Amino acid sequence: MDLVERCREFRATHDPSDRLGWLRARFDAGLAWVHYPEGLGGLGLSRGMQAVVEAEMSGTPDNDPGRIGIGLGMAAPTILAFGTDEQKRRFLRPLWTGEEVWCQLFSEPGAGSDLATLGTRAVRDGDEWVVDGQKVWTSGAHHARWGILVTRTDPDVPKHQGMTYFVADMHAPGVEVRPLRQITGEAEFNEVFLTGVRLPDDLRLGAVGDGWRVAQTTLMNERVAIGAGPARRSMASIVADAWREHPELRSPAMHQRLLKLWVDAEVMRLTAVRLREQLAAGHPGPEGSGMKLLFARLHQELSGFEVEFRRELGYDDWTLRRPETVDFVGREAGYRYLRAKGNSIEGGTSEILRNIIAERVLGLPSEPRVDKDVPWKDLPR
Amino acid sequence: MSLLYSDVEEELRAAVRSLLADACPPSAVLGRVESAEPYDLGLWKSLARDIGVAGLLIPEEHGGAGATPREAAVVMEELGRAVAPVPFLSSAVLATRALLDAGASAPLERLASGETTACLVVPFAASPYADVPVVSHDGGALTGTVRGVVGAEVADLLVVPVDEGLAVVEASAAEIVPAVSLDQTRPIATVTFNDAAYEVVGGFSPDVLRAGAGLLASEQLGIAEWCLTTTVAYVKERRQFARQIGSFQAIKHRLADLWLEVVGARAAARNAVSLEPQAVAVAAAYCGPVAVHAAEEALQLHGGIGMTWEHPVHLYLKRAKADEIALGTPGDHRAALASIADLPA
Ligand SMILES: Cc1cc2nc3c(=O)[nH]c(=O)nc-3n(C[C@H](O)[C@H](O)[C@H](O)COP(=O)(O)OP(=O)(O)OC[C@H]3O[C@@H](n4cnc5c(N)ncnc54)[C@H](O)[C@@H]3O)c2cc1C
Repeated sequence: MDLVERCREFRATHDPSDRLGWLRARFDAGLAWVHYPEGLGGLGLSRGMQAVVEAEMSGTPDNDPGRIGIGLGMAAPTILAFGTDEQKRRFLRPLWTGEEVWCQLFSEPGAGSDLATLGTRAVRDGDEWVVDGQKVWTSGAHHARWGILVTRTDPDVPKHQGMTYFVADMHAPGVEVRPLRQITGEAEFNEVFLTGVRLPDDLRLGAVGDGWRVAQTTLMNERVAIGAGPARRSMASIVADAWREHPELRSPAMHQRLLKLWVDAEVMRLTAVRLREQLAAGHPGPEGSGMKLLFARLHQELSGFEVEFRRELGYDDWTLRRPETVDFVGREAGYRYLRAKGNSIEGGTSEILRNIIAERVLGLPSEPRVDKDVPWKDLPR
Repeated sequence: MSLLYSDVEEELRAAVRSLLADACPPSAVLGRVESAEPYDLGLWKSLARDIGVAGLLIPEEHGGAGATPREAAVVMEELGRAVAPVPFLSSAVLATRALLDAGASAPLERLASGETTACLVVPFAASPYADVPVVSHDGGALTGTVRGVVGAEVADLLVVPVDEGLAVVEASAAEIVPAVSLDQTRPIATVTFNDAAYEVVGGFSPDVLRAGAGLLASEQLGIAEWCLTTTVAYVKERRQFARQIGSFQAIKHRLADLWLEVVGARAAARNAVSLEPQAVAVAAAYCGPVAVHAAEEALQLHGGIGMTWEHPVHLYLKRAKADEIALGTPGDHRAALASIADLPA
């Protein structure tokens, strides 16, 4: 049966008024993410075929991808690549349906761009691991059921070697989530304190000591997910609409800048279209590593332009909200401007991404490193 | 329409590239620029004979290859990468498109084989969005001067927008004086008609210039790619402070940004082969500055050697800067987007 027929038959035989039932059945029918294997929400097709499903399923209940972005974009591909069969069966379905929200416990106060220097300790105790440490900037930890967690299990080897990756139970005793207020007024992200948290060994993802490799998979997928751009409406169209609606605010100088930004936005859109075509044709290009950088810069320039164009001295709302999603569209220009500042920091800063492009795409040499062969415990800090 | 290159396009690219690698290395281009024959007609004849580029856009019934702007764009990329001094844009794109739009088949048959070369007599800096200067006629003859024309000195046939439409004039009937040009690999000339006999073959519309601008974006992509590739290779090789200069982050980040610009230019240039107004305006507004920036970065990151006549980077800088002005500046194309994309002043 071809994919379109499969979707139509699904629609004809299921009831969309039961949202959760619909989503679970869609997963079980292999129509969640068709490039995943059969039995895990997919049909083992190419990634490009997902667009067919999305088109056929439009207007039906969705899993609110903005709310579960970390699960979809980062946890799921990592579990798929490194999880045991049991882990895949346990985690992927409720992740996709949105019944269980995920967060990312990577960054620490002392380990940001240099993630591999992280110090949250996990010590083995029989069939369990005992975790102690602090994570920071953890988006959505306050409503997460699970977290993807990187820990240090062997301090005596160089930093990239002694790490182990876990699924953290956010409901376990010893997990404490405290809000961190952001420049927008709200608190999307948190500090997470882990004190004597006991995790069974079957929550380990990948081999002991192989955490860095597992984390790389997460990070690669994170950049692709962020670079894929906003779901509902692009920042360029928000700005263009504002321009059309307010002739009284226009000036020749702003017009020149608008046209330039609009061209940049259109070129970024075309770059993304071309990248998707490459993926669909089975030739993913290195262009993917650049999309997040382009997206961050453009978002920042456009949102800064919009505030200036509107001559807006007000702000919609400074209250400390605890949002479940990042909503660029539903808020006002000032919020967009401030929130977009995070785009060049979250998921790898733009400086780090330039390093990655220079080294992995252009093949330029890395800078001299002093920390590569030193045991983690002896690193200067 | 796909933004990727098809297998056929890649084969065409490989053929053009290998011919240029043999016949048009940078040293040969450099050796020619101050000679009496800056355009390389020998190379042009082999590109026409061996690969059929002269008649690429000419329909098969008129003896051409019947290809689309997609294939022409790939040729433009490769010619840009080599700063090849051949009249492809002036003859096989601009003059050919003008004749095609005018419905003039007889001259096309002469052009298809490459035996005859034509040239569209408009200033290379003319914008597709402004009135093109036309030559006036007096009785049965043309009179007037057009400056800044590319490809004129190697043309046999002049294709001239006149006040009644599009005219064809034998080159021998005009006076063609080469000018000292910023881009010595595609020099300009002044074309003067003194009572020249002509034949009107159809109408003329500035859409021809837009088509040219759309394909020029691919040439600009080729220029930028050469500059990036050459510079990346150089910074891996050149050592200062006991390390490769390409290991300094100040240099790595500039090249990473340039790579991103080239990636964007590739998507925009591919999209422009539709020759749709918006696609062309976006590509022309974006790719022109990318090529210039790539050449400027190449020069800077080569240090002193980049400033020498001997090193080819200046050929690319001059071509890129001239291309940025040609067929509408980036500002002209952006201004056009105000109405095309409904972003009024
Ligand atoms: C809104 C938001 C949400 C986030 N959500 C999460 C989350 O859910 N989970 C999570 O784990 N983390 C999250 N982060 C954290 C994020 O990944 C880090 O902030 C980021 O990796 C940078 O680390 P840092 O803050 O320690 O900055 P640092 O690494 O200290 O960087 C400071 C500055 O130095 C620059 N720099 C550092 N190293 C280099 C270098 N080698 N070369 C050049 N420049 C360098 C950086 O680019 C930056 O400009 C979030 C961040 C933000 C802003």
